[in-house]
Amino acid sequence: MSEKKNFNANIKKVSKHISQNEGLIFERSSKGKAGYRLAPLDVPEVDAAKLLGGSLREDLGNMPEVSEFEIIRHFTRLSTWNYAIDLGMYPLGSCTMKYNARVNEVVVRMDGLANAHPYLPEKVAQGALRVMKDLSDGLLDITGMDAITLQPAAGAHGEMTGMMLVRAYFDDKKENRRKVLIPDSAHGTNPATAAMCGYEVENLKSNAKGMVDIAALDAQMNDNVAALMLTNPNTLGVFEEEIHKIADLMHAKGGMLYMDGANMNALVGKARPGDFGVDVMHLNLHKTFSTPHGGGGPGSGPVAIKKHLEPFLPSPVIVKKGDALAFDYERPKSIGRVKAYYGNFGMHVRALAYIMANGPDGLRQTTEDAVMNANYIRKKLEDVYELPFKSPSMHEVILSHRLQAVNGVKTGDIAKRLIDYGFHPYTTAFPLTVADHGAIMIEPTESEPKEELDLFIDAMRNIAREAQEDPDIILNAPHNARVERMDEVTANRKPVLRWKPNP
Amino acid sequence: MRYLPKSPADRAEMLREIGAANIDELFSHIPAEYRFKRDLKVPGQFSESEIIDYFKERSSEMAAGYGIMLGAGAYYHYRPVIIDSLISRGEFFTAYTPYQAEISQGTLQAIFEFQTMICELTGMEVANASLYDLSTGVAEGVMMAHRVTGRSETVIAKSVHPEHREVLGTYAQYMEMPIHEVGFGENGRVDLAKLDAAITDKTACVVIQSPNFFGTIEDVAAIAEIAHKKGALLVVSIAEALSLGIVKPPAEADIVTMEAQSFGVPLGFGGPYVGVIATGEKFVRQMPGRLVGQTVDKQGKRGFVLTLSTREQHIRREKATSNICTNQGLIALVATIYMTIYGREGLKDLAKQNLAKADYAAKEFAKNAKVLFGGAPRFNEFVVQTSGDAKAISDKLLDQKIVGGLPLKKFYPELGNAAVWCATELVTKAQIDLAAKAVRA
Repeated sequence: MSEKKNFNANIKKVSKHISQNEGLIFERSSKGKAGYRLAPLDVPEVDAAKLLGGSLREDLGNMPEVSEFEIIRHFTRLSTWNYAIDLGMYPLGSCTMKYNARVNEVVVRMDGLANAHPYLPEKVAQGALRVMKDLSDGLLDITGMDAITLQPAAGAHGEMTGMMLVRAYFDDKKENRRKVLIPDSAHGTNPATAAMCGYEVENLKSNAKGMVDIAALDAQMNDNVAALMLTNPNTLGVFEEEIHKIADLMHAKGGMLYMDGANMNALVGKARPGDFGVDVMHLNLHKTFSTPHGGGGPGSGPVAIKKHLEPFLPSPVIVKKGDALAFDYERPKSIGRVKAYYGNFGMHVRALAYIMANGPDGLRQTTEDAVMNANYIRKKLEDVYELPFKSPSMHEVILSHRLQAVNGVKTGDIAKRLIDYGFHPYTTAFPLTVADHGAIMIEPTESEPKEELDLFIDAMRNIAREAQEDPDIILNAPHNARVERMDEVTANRKPVLRWKPNP
Repeated sequence: MRYLPKSPADRAEMLREIGAANIDELFSHIPAEYRFKRDLKVPGQFSESEIIDYFKERSSEMAAGYGIMLGAGAYYHYRPVIIDSLISRGEFFTAYTPYQAEISQGTLQAIFEFQTMICELTGMEVANASLYDLSTGVAEGVMMAHRVTGRSETVIAKSVHPEHREVLGTYAQYMEMPIHEVGFGENGRVDLAKLDAAITDKTACVVIQSPNFFGTIEDVAAIAEIAHKKGALLVVSIAEALSLGIVKPPAEADIVTMEAQSFGVPLGFGGPYVGVIATGEKFVRQMPGRLVGQTVDKQGKRGFVLTLSTREQHIRREKATSNICTNQGLIALVATIYMTIYGREGLKDLAKQNLAKADYAAKEFAKNAKVLFGGAPRFNEFVVQTSGDAKAISDKLLDQKIVGGLPLKKFYPELGNAAVWCATELVTKAQIDLAAKAVRA
């Protein structure tokens, strides 16, 4: 690598700054330090050895011993090594990285809600039940569906729940359908989920426009197929324009239409899955409804359904009992629980707070801004990056690396170079329907001001130029991060999955 | 709308650049009959103060400030304040899954520390980056045992949390995984003779919980011997993670599934919590969920990455070890911070306080009612059998601002008027004394 190269000549959004080093917490530990003090015990002390006998534990091995302030420093330093939506645009396609409002974090910590035991008697749990009911009602109008469960913990868990409802419905009708159709553009969770529900997965090819090929669907759909799992807008960010034909075709042959709601941020207030023929769908509250991604969870994946699936919903469901709300556990046809208690309630609180802050007009404007932002990026980049599918974009735009690959620069490399420009990368190499796994999948969300979008566009255009003039800058990126590219091959071959003290 | 960073002029300019006459043009490819015309029926827009008022009212309809003597898989422990100050940093809670290692080292290192601490506490060699919770964790542990052994059946103790067994039943129903339940003896522990009889050469695994749903600590070594003799794996589920501060870890287990809610995660009406799965190195490639591994960058500098991802759904699709994608990143961070605060000595001291509270409480309750399962050690829960209806007793205690034990009639009708009570460090002697009086006939 030449030292003369100025990696940073065109970078506008960020400057270098000091980054603190910090070892593992175990390396700070030493005997006798403590970060806690217990309140005095108000009952008699016990002899643990006498109470526990052979089950007594003597020692906690290498658990750390550190003081409170060291803990603050340790985790604060770690935090500064992360990129975050609070720092800038996070254009991960299909992930909907939007602003996480602070009032949501305040209300979820209110004493009565935060310290509510899940087995509280219902008469002292009405507040929580009301939150779940109000959120359910809002989500039902947003989706145009008939009933909902908030129990699933995340998107993939919602998918599993939804597909189990489909399975239970057909089992109840004594119809033995063995297959599920899944477009080749689908997220990997879809086939993994179908397999968990005992279905055989059949691939459905997309047409040249990146949409469901109606003729292929017609040919593959028969009385052995339970459902089509469809994402709409699909993973190319394109609305399935013939969605009504798709739904009609599935229904005419006795099947169901499952919708992966990963991309609902393109539809809220503008179109409703329940209106265009969807039988069952899941939502991702951590995408569309702004609950924080938290560095990889928690999520929440409610499943909304049409009436014919209602008897099969996970138990319990919320019902009205006089003036009060209650859980109904008497659900003989239910698929059963998919999770202990009632779902990720903390996410329900935040999602409801988000909906209340927006209202009908705010939600509609949110969707419009999200779609406008994606189209703006498309317009400003389509002359320097290939647009593999020309269909109209909704909330995300899919480009490809084809023009850069001639210089040896692939989507993953461009992504790493974006880091130097102060952005989190877009989603790389997905969907798989883009030739050569070259997808560049960008979802800006509504949260980005025009200034941030312009900086992103400027960065992407600069990188396109670098790909022609100096591909090495890209191939060796990032140059300005705390660490350079990681040796993932060794990590895989000789996994080191925990710290151990030096022998 | 206050979250949206655009002026009308910005929008007009952007539409002009796009070449659209108005915003509707960008939605014109949605078939006209499916374009939604009316306003959504949702509340708002509300100001921040109105939102706070609404949730204050909801919060006031709950049991804020009550003494909590409910456990049953969700435990009321003190949460040191630095947990919230640290996880409220936007760099933690507004980050995505750490796929891009160069700008995610904070999350990755914290998860690596989490994995290490879980290994230390459970006595296992590897732990994953988290699962949704313990109920789904038990199901994931069972599916993993099926992959490892190639066998199809499961034997599970009836003293495993009833809702966890129910979730397992839901997962198993379409995967041809028959499940057999084994009861408990006089001392509340798994009936070893019945367990032995239930295991066959088709049994992939035996699942127990320890401390079990009654708070009783199982004889893990004896159960492991019975399971292993017939080639079945042992899955040990731990619902009360704090027990590991004073109770011997289940080192004889092949797979440990654990709920780490006790480690600084608010009760929050049942979630989000954080499950985790831990096992031996030889099974790591059959383990579900994300894993963080240590490696070096091109300059040889230590760093961390998500690793062994070929097990996962985004690569293996329908052949993946699990469909899990999102897990519980931020909640695993909460648990990591909590385990760091209390650490090697604090977890022991705190666990000992719980032991003392529950021991005192059980003795007080025994003066007025029958405390079941006395013949085996317990941690911070115990079962009380009363002459009167357990639910009526708990309901009456609410008047004294105490949330009483969980009535067991629904799950274990054979125990009559019984309830499982819990005494953590946060319940006071005065509250225990009041509750002990309330169970008197």
